[in-house]
Amino acid sequence: MFQIRIHGRGGQGVVTAAEMLSVAAFLEGRYAQAFPSFGSERTGAPVVAFCRLDDKEIRLREPIMQPDALIIQDPTLLHQVDVLAGLRHPEGCILINTQRTFEEIGLGEFVQDLHPRNLVTLPATELSFKHVGRAVPNVPLMGGFAAICGLISIDSVVAAIQEKFRGKVAEGNIAAAREAYDIVKADLKEAGYA
Amino acid sequence: MRKQCEGSQAVAEAVALCRPEVICAYPISPQTHIVEGLGELVKSGDLAKCEFLNVESEFAAMSVAIGASAAGARTYTATASQGLLFMTEAVYNASGLGLPIVMTIANRAIGAPINIWNDHSDSMSQRDCGWIQVFAETNQEALDLHIQAFKLAEELSLPVMVCMDGFILTHAYERVDIPSQEQVDAFLPPYVPRQSLDPDDPVSIGAMVGPEAFAEVRYLAHAKQLQALDWIPRIAAEFGQMFGRDAGGLVRGYRLEDAQTIVIALGSVLGTIKDTVDELREAGLKVGVLGITSFRPFPLAAIRQAVQGARRLVVLEKSLAVGIGGIVATDVRMAIDGLPIKVNTVIAGLGGRAITKASLHRVLRQAMDEQLEPVHFLDLDLGIVNRVLERERAQRRTGPIPEQILRQVGAVASRIA
Repeated sequence: MFQIRIHGRGGQGVVTAAEMLSVAAFLEGRYAQAFPSFGSERTGAPVVAFCRLDDKEIRLREPIMQPDALIIQDPTLLHQVDVLAGLRHPEGCILINTQRTFEEIGLGEFVQDLHPRNLVTLPATELSFKHVGRAVPNVPLMGGFAAICGLISIDSVVAAIQEKFRGKVAEGNIAAAREAYDIVKADLKEAGYA
Repeated sequence: MRKQCEGSQAVAEAVALCRPEVICAYPISPQTHIVEGLGELVKSGDLAKCEFLNVESEFAAMSVAIGASAAGARTYTATASQGLLFMTEAVYNASGLGLPIVMTIANRAIGAPINIWNDHSDSMSQRDCGWIQVFAETNQEALDLHIQAFKLAEELSLPVMVCMDGFILTHAYERVDIPSQEQVDAFLPPYVPRQSLDPDDPVSIGAMVGPEAFAEVRYLAHAKQLQALDWIPRIAAEFGQMFGRDAGGLVRGYRLEDAQTIVIALGSVLGTIKDTVDELREAGLKVGVLGITSFRPFPLAAIRQAVQGARRLVVLEKSLAVGIGGIVATDVRMAIDGLPIKVNTVIAGLGGRAITKASLHRVLRQAMDEQLEPVHFLDLDLGIVNRVLERERAQRRTGPIPEQILRQVGAVASRIA
């Protein structure tokens, strides 16, 4: 089983991202389970969503407390929420929406025993402004996630976007996801991990 | 057709396949996407010959459902939590009149304190109201149980509540297999009411019944629920044959062979319990699981049959009978009357508290080591509870309890589970 935890703020599409990841995994024939951390959601409030992937039926219903991967849609949450709690070391993976480095956002020490191939930053908010016209970093991060992790292909991410959105919104999000995928792939290649 | 979708959406599609003729609902929290999805299907015309009524309260929702069902329409509604309490008077009338309404309960806690999260307090509060109550373990089973529920309700002329865990199932995306209209039509024939308000064949429904006959009418309600103990497995078997998968029935066992300790529970927590039991089995412990699908009628004989070889039962329930402890456990004790089996009640998941494998491991090992008290509250913070009690002993004007506890717990946004 592979467990993904997504942190963000109300309005950033955190729950939608987990749902679309589960759809993408389903389209590849996997079992997938996505659910939000339930609360009185408000725009800007911290939101968590979870996604489990497996090759067999998923029965477990507890929140994901030891994720294999963390997707952090808003780096300001690092000061407010224990977003890193339980991340599996040393194989854990972090994808974070920022233009800065892990050292610059104060995570240098936390990530030092994680494999650098699994530590990825992505300017997801900028990509969403460019392609969708709004700060919805969820979909570019899904594109980035497809590039890091071999579990979900970018084509399945695109298909999941097409299930969720229509017309111009779908087009913009697909372009954002593809560019994010290409950026992360190029970064990994440059670092010698591709 | 297999698809990956939200539990509420899956149930909406299942209900639509059952060709309801009247759907009424009050569109406010604690409502789910189920009736929203059905409203869209009615509006788009995909669900034809169905009237969708936006009513002004849950009390009105059930009252409209009663009227529609009495007029001979296949009728559906959904609610949860305070919404169910608000319609309670009409809930009793629906069963008392023998009207086969199907209602989803997206199980949630009941306030005060205000709480929007999952537990089973709402439907458990209505356990004696005369409705059949079945509990779904997964979204697939929730979908399947709704299709079975219409058949069961109409066969017996009794209303059925399909209980599915609020949020944990209703808001979860998972794989479901949605049957075709042809399959559902073959399984569920058109509704032929035993009684209906028809100007061409006038009857009155809802007579006043005095002491001379009230007990007989009530006894027949009980007798019909006992008939359901035969109909529920029969309908589940027929469903299994036509749709090729297991769903429903009275109880379902898991790894019961040679089990000395059996965990009994209802609803979605059974999945987490099964994963825990697999791990305990790997460690050589003889543990099994019994899921109760039909809570009303309560399958006394099926439970006795399933657990009679065990030494210990751990009844894990998401509800609390204040002043006594367990609700399910009390009924389970009746099922094993006279057998040398110990029963532990574990109250868990109240108000949406996560039930984790780690906590289940701990509590089950405690039970097997004879270290568990008869009524145990899973993951209860006794420190906080004792501080409140201590303050109450020390001073008179202590203020409201929830506010004191929230101050001690601190910011919840920083927590994941």
